[in-house]
Amino acid sequence: MLVPLSWLKDYVDIDVSVDELEEKLFSCGFEVEDKYEVGHDISKVVVGLVKECKPIPETHLHLCKVDAGEAGELQICCGADNVRAGGKYPLALIGASVYATAKDHVTVEGVMTIGQGKLRGYDSYGMLCSGVELGLTEDMYEGAGYNGLLVLPEDAIVGADVKPIVGLDDWIFDIAITANRPDCQSIFGIAREVAAVLGTKLHEPSLDFTETEVKKEGFVVNVEAPDICPRYIGHYVYDVKIEKSPAWMRRRLALIGQTPISNLVDITNYILNELGQPMHAFDYAYLEGNQINVRRASDGEKIVTLDEKELTLTSSNLVICDGVKPVALAGIMGGLNSEILDSTGEVLFEAAKFTRDNIRKSSRALGKSSDSSARFSKGVDEYTTVMAMKRALHLVEELGCGKVSSTHVDTNTGNSIEPFKLKVSVEKVNGVLGITVPTDEILRILGGLGFAPELKGDELTLMVPAYREDMESYQDVAEEVIRMYGYDHVIPSFMPTAKVTLGGYDLKQRTELKIKHALCSAGASEGIHYSFFSPASLDLLRLKEDAPERTAIRLLNPINEDLSLMRTTLAPQMIQAMQRNQKRGILEGRIYEVGNIFVPKSLPLEEYPEELQTLCIGCFGEDESFFTIKGVVETVADTLGIKFEYETSEKTFLHPYRTARIMCGDEEIGYLGQVMYEIIDELDMRVDSYIAELSLYKLEKYYDRQQVFKPLPKFQEEKRDLCFVMNKNITCAQIEKAIRDSNDHISSVELFDVYEGMQLGDKKSMAFSVVYTPGDEEFKAETIDGFVDDLLAVLKEKYDVSLRS
Amino acid sequence: MADLNELAGMLNEIKDEIKSELEKLDTSKSVFEYRKKIFDSKTGMVGSLMREMGKIPNEMKAEYGRRVNDMKSWAQTAFEQMDEKFKAQEMKLKYESEKLDVTMPAVKRKHGYLHPNTLIRNQIVDIFGSMGFDIYEGTEIETDHYNFTALNTPDDHPARDMQDTFYLSDRFLLRTQTSAGQIHVMEAKKPPIKIISPGKVFRSDDDATHSPMFSQMEGLVVDKGITLCDLKGMLDEFVKKIFGDGTGTRLRPSYFPFTEPSVEVDVSCFQCHGKGCKLCKGTGWIEVLGAGVVNKKVLEGCGIDSDEYSGFAFGIGIERIAMLKYGINNIKLLFESDLRVLEQIRE
Repeated sequence: MLVPLSWLKDYVDIDVSVDELEEKLFSCGFEVEDKYEVGHDISKVVVGLVKECKPIPETHLHLCKVDAGEAGELQICCGADNVRAGGKYPLALIGASVYATAKDHVTVEGVMTIGQGKLRGYDSYGMLCSGVELGLTEDMYEGAGYNGLLVLPEDAIVGADVKPIVGLDDWIFDIAITANRPDCQSIFGIAREVAAVLGTKLHEPSLDFTETEVKKEGFVVNVEAPDICPRYIGHYVYDVKIEKSPAWMRRRLALIGQTPISNLVDITNYILNELGQPMHAFDYAYLEGNQINVRRASDGEKIVTLDEKELTLTSSNLVICDGVKPVALAGIMGGLNSEILDSTGEVLFEAAKFTRDNIRKSSRALGKSSDSSARFSKGVDEYTTVMAMKRALHLVEELGCGKVSSTHVDTNTGNSIEPFKLKVSVEKVNGVLGITVPTDEILRILGGLGFAPELKGDELTLMVPAYREDMESYQDVAEEVIRMYGYDHVIPSFMPTAKVTLGGYDLKQRTELKIKHALCSAGASEGIHYSFFSPASLDLLRLKEDAPERTAIRLLNPINEDLSLMRTTLAPQMIQAMQRNQKRGILEGRIYEVGNIFVPKSLPLEEYPEELQTLCIGCFGEDESFFTIKGVVETVADTLGIKFEYETSEKTFLHPYRTARIMCGDEEIGYLGQVMYEIIDELDMRVDSYIAELSLYKLEKYYDRQQVFKPLPKFQEEKRDLCFVMNKNITCAQIEKAIRDSNDHISSVELFDVYEGMQLGDKKSMAFSVVYTPGDEEFKAETIDGFVDDLLAVLKEKYDVSLRS
Repeated sequence: MADLNELAGMLNEIKDEIKSELEKLDTSKSVFEYRKKIFDSKTGMVGSLMREMGKIPNEMKAEYGRRVNDMKSWAQTAFEQMDEKFKAQEMKLKYESEKLDVTMPAVKRKHGYLHPNTLIRNQIVDIFGSMGFDIYEGTEIETDHYNFTALNTPDDHPARDMQDTFYLSDRFLLRTQTSAGQIHVMEAKKPPIKIISPGKVFRSDDDATHSPMFSQMEGLVVDKGITLCDLKGMLDEFVKKIFGDGTGTRLRPSYFPFTEPSVEVDVSCFQCHGKGCKLCKGTGWIEVLGAGVVNKKVLEGCGIDSDEYSGFAFGIGIERIAMLKYGINNIKLLFESDLRVLEQIRE
């Protein structure tokens, strides 16, 4: 929120520098996000008195002698049409900084430094300035809008700095207001805090006015939706004269970036910023039926708002209606049909409280927001509503823009605007803080905040102003005390009263980290991708219509379609990560991600969906192959001390002959394979890429596997290298399993060679090392021979395998 | 063999022959071969000498044996010296032939690295784990109740506007804060409670400095007599461990619906130590986390007696810490899996 220092000073005495003020505000909970001097770009501009002014022949220029006070008398060439001898104007001295304008002398094009110049052969030792060149507008300073020199007051002291004269020495604070302090969404609200933190006096704005005897007979207000409009105050004002607002009001509105419109409209905008209460003024002549009805809109009802946009409403929107039609979208924007015009002669002022969630939701649903809706969304209190109406009527009188009738309607649901009593224990307040704040400090702080504290023993009674709706308990009081007392009084301690507890990662978390470390050792780096992805991701995988991955949870309000589905597989983002790397010229690498997939039990969601922890691995590059990624997958099994088995399989997005299902026991736990060439082409990927996805959650049952030491064999193990010939469709896993099953003594079976070639015709050979481990007795040579014979018999029978001769 | 003189002559001849033969040898291998040949017990010049014993008269046998043995040991020594000489030469040549340019690149097995988020998470868990905090991981999908209402943020609360929420249905949403875990823990467990709850959170914010998904770590302590001073004490320890010994904290007022009082916690800039630099934007302080004393309404909502127990909570942005610690300038880099980023940040 923008707060001009000069405006703030209306309500509170400030005897500190702007830096100190910023520091004080910061320490009590109001962060100054930005602060700047209004004339921060302007320097070395003084009051110049033109002593002599002679036209330069055949030009529009004048050659002037200008008294610059201490800087002496300077020769200045001036092109403005209103320069005359005896006039006082802003004079930018050599080295001064002012705004540069385009040829139109109106459009600011940047900041310039004044140097010694020469115009038509005449030296010029500075520049007489226009309002624009000082960054001023007509609203900020009377006369500054003239396209020529800015005329300074006759009593301006020659040679004096021009900034204080035209208000460029004012400061603007941009203050962040936390959501618990809607009462500070105004300049007066900030003033209350400043008075408290500086310990200086607060001055309330004038609220007095005089009602005439005039009445609008028969005027009524009906609030049909008191649940969302707890208070509605209307006051009829007549003999209205629509004019420009006075300079002081226009200047203030301009300083906070608002464009002054007319006295009556400006009053409402002024009060919104001064007190935080949005107000509205209706042209009474356009209100039909002598009444105001506050009701929910009917579905499909339409209104055209002040910005000339037509909106179609629903019953969740609140509208202000006359006897016939909606005339305003409550709390958000007025209707075009009752807009204040130059011809307006009578108005109805509205100050109301609309509930914050109604305004917030309507504003969002209709995509329409305003300063008014922003204030209401944060919360407006009725104390301020009442105050604001008085203030508006006071300003009507002060500005002389109308007469205050005695038609005043106040519809309310009975909420008090009186201070409410809050009793708390001082011990509890200190108990929250962990320090003992001296009692007189507590009383001083709470007094300064307007709580009129009274202390009896340990019991503190506060009279909390109605605008402090956030004050509910001793904790709130503790916060008020400590933010004013200072957080630097908090003394660090280390839970002296707490019980000692054990902590750290549990088994699942530890194991997860172990798996990650193992994958890192296997050369893979950990990536993290978003939990949501694009529906196109599922198409990228060529998943069938009925694939389970297509049953995904949709975000109701995604940022865009690409981030609209909760992921049901980690594969697409991994493929895209490999693509991204390849596009950036990284042509080899290994990435893994551990993340959740989201599986709904029903759609739309009625209960928590399953969040299933999943591991995805991506390997790409010339040196990678199906078997290298398989090796990475195996590190997971090795880490857990379990064994994976692999079966030939198919996936819609993988190479038809290079895809395997990963099994652990009888359970399918994932897949691995080579990304199909169609996808590689589609994504302009440059190297072969491989992917594996494992359901980590299915492996959790193995996390607490106890390691049991297996005694070393007492006798020599026997190793036999055997080379088999078989049909090409027989897999390594089949042979390996058959070998293992043939004898209990077999402790290891390892493939060490595969051969396919002319010699073998349509067959292939596979060579295995088989290790037999003895039990309690030493092997005899013939025992092993017998084992091998058994093995050959089994293989022959099962797969028609023979020993290669 | 007639007499010892004859024997001496013969042995000398053999010696001479060996001597002259040795001079012709030039490799350890040739020494080995020659030696084998000479010492062959059947055919060798030296090896076969003992076979002659039978022909030697008995009274000369002892002397013959002694002289032949002397001869043998002379020959052994000669061969060994020769062998040593050649071996040394040969080793030298072998080494020379294996000369390397040691400045050439190493042969390494490529190693991968944990994500910066995981590194920071581990560091934080180590710190709080040693202080007795358990680690609770909630779900990414939460209900409105746990994410907001139970955290003293009812439906009409303006604080809901502070966070742009992704909704999945009327009731379910993507958690906007790991604080949602607080409630689950307090419902399931009675004090003393000390947990940290790391996890992904989501807000509808996607621009240069915001990512719609990021990670937080929530911390919660509920026990008897817990105060703001304890919060400050614990955070002081935490920031020293994570940012270095000289780091201090500053609390300043803020607002979160579920804590009262609420504070923003700044750490003294660990780069310039408070002098003011680019990292701290000249202020000497860096905002790192939000915290506060748990609002009694939250405790009571979970069935915890707020007269008996009190607590504090804090929330840390993991990426924020990672970016500060490692100087990563763009949060989006953390979610792109660019290997040049992932392989750069190491523990």
